[in-house]
Amino acid sequence: MLNYIWGALMIISIICGFVTGRTKELADSIFSGAQESVELVISLFGMMCFWTGFMKIAELGGLTSALSKIFSPILQRLFPEYKSNSKAISAICMNVTANLLGLGNAATPMGIMAMKEMQKKNIKKDTANNSMAMFVVINTASIQLIPTFMAILRQKHGSREPFDVLPAIWIVSIISLIIGITVAKILEKRGKKIE
Amino acid sequence: MNNIASYTLPIIIMLILIFGYSKKVPVFDAFISGCKDGMNSTISIAPSLIGLITSVSMLKASGALDIFSSAISPFTNMLGIPAEVIPLAILRPISGSGSIALLNGILSDVGVDSFAGRVASVMMSATETTFYTVTVYFGAVGIKNTRHTIPSALIADISGFFLSVLVVMLLFGV
Repeated sequence: MLNYIWGALMIISIICGFVTGRTKELADSIFSGAQESVELVISLFGMMCFWTGFMKIAELGGLTSALSKIFSPILQRLFPEYKSNSKAISAICMNVTANLLGLGNAATPMGIMAMKEMQKKNIKKDTANNSMAMFVVINTASIQLIPTFMAILRQKHGSREPFDVLPAIWIVSIISLIIGITVAKILEKRGKKIE
Repeated sequence: MNNIASYTLPIIIMLILIFGYSKKVPVFDAFISGCKDGMNSTISIAPSLIGLITSVSMLKASGALDIFSSAISPFTNMLGIPAEVIPLAILRPISGSGSIALLNGILSDVGVDSFAGRVASVMMSATETTFYTVTVYFGAVGIKNTRHTIPSALIADISGFFLSVLVVMLLFGV
């Protein structure tokens, strides 16, 4: 998809630049854009590494598995088809906890493991069952306790208080997660009626 | 509120260290190994950021972004949404690095502590690259028919978009 979007953005810019006569600005922007992107990566680099380093301490201490036990009772209700399947449920819990802690590198392998466990009991192998759809919907809603990347980016742009958007992020994430879960629940029932 | 926010990071760091020591984690060794993971993932997003930030910068310099913003401004003004965040809302579910590029542009143009800057920050953090997530998870088990997954996820994303504007308005004012 990005193969089309990226090229199209550049072609639109070039045509638009010629039409509006801003050719000088356009040519300059190619140099400044490429330079700016490297500056951005370098300015994010230190704090990104520092933070993943710190979260590794939490991970090795077993924070993910400790927290995932707390979420297990809530999550079991969302995946009724796998209530008794402890392997699937524990992979789901670990994935949700890793996402919550912002451990993207750990969350994805856990999530894939959860999908593979769920696929074992799935009747139509090329079609998602309700629990699998629910699991992916939860993963597409970003629920992160400390959105570090955002704080680092805001700091870099000279925010007075890079964390001041934190409460707003939590409120919006939680409400949109609830909306996602509710819509998935409604649509899965409607799907059954059609069948 | 601001005071709580500046306590957040130091307190979390202290808690993680205490937690690590209590679980007998070799904290410095763990930190180093995590740091290496962080380096790898930062380096791995660099090429896409170079490509996309350059294209966004071209889009701004050519005037295309201004034309788009003024074209949609009657609609966004009516709803009280800053026009700058519309391209971000469109690209967010499709591309993670693309939306970082747009967000970076918004933050440097309109200011990080402005209304639009805050809305863009909340929108970016409270939603996810939906299409990528769906592809990775269903692709891993070979599922082609995802049924109601994408409609549900996109409704959540659209709600997140409007909620970002609303919540920032309520907490910070316009």
